[in-house]
Amino acid sequence: MSVPTHLDRAFRDRAAAAGELDVAYELTDSPIGELLVAATTRGVCRISFDPEGTELDWLARAYGARVLRSPRPVERARRQLDEYFEQKRREFDLSVDLAAVPEFQRLVLEELQRVPYGATNTYGGLAARIGKPRAARAVGGALNRNPVPIVVPCHRIVGASGSLVGYAGGLARKEQLLALEGTLLG
Amino acid sequence: MEAVAIPPFERLYSETSDEIWRYLVRLLGRQAAEDAFQETFLRALRAYPKLAHGRQLRAWVYTIATRVAVDERRRRSPAGSVPELGSDDVRPAYAELEHLSTDLPAKERAAVVLRYGYDLTYADIAAALGSTEAAARQAASSGVRRLRRRIS
Repeated sequence: MSVPTHLDRAFRDRAAAAGELDVAYELTDSPIGELLVAATTRGVCRISFDPEGTELDWLARAYGARVLRSPRPVERARRQLDEYFEQKRREFDLSVDLAAVPEFQRLVLEELQRVPYGATNTYGGLAARIGKPRAARAVGGALNRNPVPIVVPCHRIVGASGSLVGYAGGLARKEQLLALEGTLLG
Repeated sequence: MEAVAIPPFERLYSETSDEIWRYLVRLLGRQAAEDAFQETFLRALRAYPKLAHGRQLRAWVYTIATRVAVDERRRRSPAGSVPELGSDDVRPAYAELEHLSTDLPAKERAAVVLRYGYDLTYADIAAALGSTEAAARQAASSGVRRLRRRIS
C-alpha cells in the first residue's frame, strides 16, 4: 500500500506553501529532453539536462537539504519554458536565484541575460562587456557552469569564428536552441 | 564516528513515505492517518535543518510518526482510556504491547514497543533512543523479561 496520490501531492503543496523548503523542483518534458526545474523562494536556481544524476545532492549542498519535488513553486517557470519551446515566448519573465554562484560568474551570467533572443555574442565580446576583455577563457568557464541554462541564455555565446564551441548540455542542444531562435540557418 | 551527509529531503521522503503511511494507517485508521502523515513529514521538514548528521533517518521519521500518532490518539480519548484502533489492518501486538508495557522503565518500554510493535531493527531503535545497538537490545530483552514475569 503506497501513499495515495492526492495525499502525496497535498503534502508536497503544503510543504512549499508553509515555506518549509529550501528548494522545490519538478521535472518537465521539452524538445531537448526532460529537464529538472528548481527554484528557491528567490527564484529559479537550477535547470538541468540530467535530472537523474546528482542534481538533488548539488541542490542540497548549494541551498540547503530541504529539497523536495513540489510542482507549484516552479509552475510558472515550466509554463514559460513550454511557451519558449513552442516559439510563443522570446523573453523569460522570471526571477533567477544566483546566490550560490561565485561573484565573477554571477557578473558574467547577469550580463549574459542582456543578450537578446535571436542574437549571439562571443566569449570575448561578453568578456569585454563586463570590462574584462582578456577574460574570454574565464567567461567560457563561467558559462559552462551556468546553473540556469536556457533562461540565462549561455547558448547565445559562440566562438569568434561563429563555431558553437561548447555547451554543458551538449552541442546538439545548443544547436537546437539556436535553431529554435532562428539564429542558425538550417 | 564518520560524518554522514544529510541527504536531500526528497530522498528520505520517497524512501520512507510508503511505510510511514502504512504504519500510521495501522495505528490510527485511514482517515486520521492522512492528517498524521502530513503532520509527520512537516515536522520532519521543520527539524531537518537542525540535524547534525544523516544517520538513522528512517528511525528518526518513525519516532516523529509515533509521536504524532500518540498525540492524535490522546486527543481522541482525553480520558486516557485505551483508544480504539480504527482499521482492520491493526496489529494487536502493538496495542497490547503498548498497554502492557506502560509501567516499564521508559527506555525498556520504548525498546519493547519499537522492536515488537513496530518491528524496527536494533540499529534503528538505538538511533531513536540515542543509545547503542547493544543497549537497545539489552533494554528490549530486560523489558520482555519483566513483562513475562508480570504476565505469568
